[in-house]
Amino acid sequence: MTTAATSTSKMAAEPAGGSLRFYGVWLLGIVILIVLPMIFSSGGSLTSFSLIGIAIVFALSYNILLGQTGLLSFGHAVHYGLGGFAACHMMNAVVSHGWPIPLPFIPLFGGIGGLAFAMIIGWVMTKRAGTVFAMISLGIGELVASSSLILRSVFGGESGITTDRTALPKLLGWSFGPQLQVYYLIAFWLVLSAVAMYALTRTPLGRICNAVRDNPERVQFIGYDPHVVRYFAFCFAGFFAGIAGGLAAINFEIANSAYLGAIQSGLVLFSTFIGGTAFFFGPILGAILVTYLQLGLTNLTTAWQLYFGIIFIGIVMYSPGGIAGLLMMHRPLIRAGTLWTVIPSYFVAVVPTVALACGVILTIETVARFSGGDPINMFGIAFRATSPVTWLTAAILVVGGFFVARLTWRRIAEAWDRAATVARDRGYLA
Amino acid sequence: MLELIVISTLNGVLFGMLLFLLSSGLTVIFSMMGVLNFAHASFYMLGAFFGFQLTKWIGFWPALVLAPLLVGAIGMVVERYGLRNTHKHGHVAELLLTFGLAFAIEEIVSMIWGKSPLDYRVPALLDFPAFTIFSTNYPAYKIFMLAVSVVIFVALLIVLKRTRVGLIVQAALTHPHMVGHLGHNVGRVFMVVFGVGSALAGLAGVIAGPALVTQSDMAAALGPILFVVIVFGGLGSLPGAFIASLVIGLVQTFAVALNGSLASAFGPLDPSAGPSVLTDIWNVTIAQVAPIVPYLLLVIILIVRPMGLMGTRES
Repeated sequence: MTTAATSTSKMAAEPAGGSLRFYGVWLLGIVILIVLPMIFSSGGSLTSFSLIGIAIVFALSYNILLGQTGLLSFGHAVHYGLGGFAACHMMNAVVSHGWPIPLPFIPLFGGIGGLAFAMIIGWVMTKRAGTVFAMISLGIGELVASSSLILRSVFGGESGITTDRTALPKLLGWSFGPQLQVYYLIAFWLVLSAVAMYALTRTPLGRICNAVRDNPERVQFIGYDPHVVRYFAFCFAGFFAGIAGGLAAINFEIANSAYLGAIQSGLVLFSTFIGGTAFFFGPILGAILVTYLQLGLTNLTTAWQLYFGIIFIGIVMYSPGGIAGLLMMHRPLIRAGTLWTVIPSYFVAVVPTVALACGVILTIETVARFSGGDPINMFGIAFRATSPVTWLTAAILVVGGFFVARLTWRRIAEAWDRAATVARDRGYLA
Repeated sequence: MLELIVISTLNGVLFGMLLFLLSSGLTVIFSMMGVLNFAHASFYMLGAFFGFQLTKWIGFWPALVLAPLLVGAIGMVVERYGLRNTHKHGHVAELLLTFGLAFAIEEIVSMIWGKSPLDYRVPALLDFPAFTIFSTNYPAYKIFMLAVSVVIFVALLIVLKRTRVGLIVQAALTHPHMVGHLGHNVGRVFMVVFGVGSALAGLAGVIAGPALVTQSDMAAALGPILFVVIVFGGLGSLPGAFIASLVIGLVQTFAVALNGSLASAFGPLDPSAGPSVLTDIWNVTIAQVAPIVPYLLLVIILIVRPMGLMGTRES
């Protein structure tokens, strides 16, 4: 993996005026979070922002495992779901016992729920790293998801557990009934968790996690036990995933077995990897993109999961650094001032690549709607799935687009090589 | 009781042999290439759906041969154009590629054939009871499935242990670089092994399709159990995979057949205590627990023997 750059590049960017820029980025993020609902104040966009906020916390927690410690987990939703259930039970308990705990503290209990399970199961799970860990996480995920249907008194069976967030004691007069107040609650926890998780990457523990990812044998030589380090990383990831689950429980006022399932685990893996695991902001980008696509595509097409799969495969094969990796590749070129030599070839490549993408989309939609019958509406042109004209258009777009696009991609690679050589000569690229 | 034991043993061995058809391919691919093929269960599903479609067009027996060949060809394409290009990014990227592939295959299958179970029938030639034990008719098709699995098992054993190809494959399992230095085309060996492994999974799908349910979520249902099998048996160990397949096949079949619970064994709990986790556990039947039994076994083996039953390697 190309994750080695995580810490070094951030360290190098730090000195002198760097700290001003560093805090500037965080402040800008906070300002955006505060201002967003004032610009887009419709109910739909508030709901979307809330979901994206939860997804960001969840994806960042996943990156503690995947990006930072190199542990590929297929069952991360377990902690998310258990956090959600813990938060739901806590909210109901607060209401029935009359404890003076206001809603904003509830996600903390979600976090504790996620952490508790991570502490119990983590010691066994983190004995092994790599592929074995991935398989074990998959098995544990299935175990918990199936058990949740058996232990009905805790998990509420198929229907799950419901709760009422407005019944809790008020804080500063906020009842958290309106979605806007819930959004600010999520935004608050998002900032808090993001700062905490970023801080974690800068602690000695965060550093030794990177070392365990890159070379566990050498870590043993300097006197650390990789197993213990992996265990700590696993616990932290479980804690923050639990917070995300708690936020989700507050947002939906329900926790059910779907929170724990393989689909949720797959989605967080997609978000994190598509965004890019090597940089702290990667999972944030990925969570925004995947949640946005998920909300947008479900209305447009029945095959939205297939598009996710294809995007994911494309990223794995051609850009394992994710979107963040692609963006950061340009940094040395910008510094060396050679980026302008690459830009024209990008413009040339746009047309055939878009044509190829349209062809693929048309093919998928043709197959998906072959028996259904409703026409495909693409840029205002209606295609009928059963007509040979549609098939021909799709075939021409895919085949023609692919061959022309491949030529233009080569052009990009050549232009890129030239620009990178210049950048290297000027000392901006290692 | 005796009836239950005999029938469950037969069914358990059958399910175990099916699991071994899948886990053997997965294990050989894993030990050679270091890639855990997440899409292996998807190839099994593809086998079942191709089998269904070809049976409709040209009949069951040609489908039995053609469908696995098709799946094997798809497997080779995946290896040649997918995995080989991803290899430079490391094993995690390869695992993720197959994960994305499994996701995409499930979507494509449900797009083409729909999400509901297909009407994939047992061929008329085999649609009769083979024998009757204690008033239960045992279907001939299940005997046929067992026979196919055993034949494949024996054939694999002979190829691996007695032929030159098997010698190279076995050598490449442990020392791929040395095999390459000796002048064998390791890339091609990988591609063929991946293809054969996928074809075996496809074959399992074709023969299991009529007996079990042919549905677009069958890969997602079987996949995790398959990974439990190979972790349980010890990653990269064929004998381990064989034992684990049989153990998990038998355990799960027996669990499904048993209807007892703690409540039926020790009497019901005091109802005044109200519902709690204890009452849930007390009243659940073994049949209801059956889906989680393989995962419980996984946790136990990880605590007792982290490298699996017959495993030798740490990772």
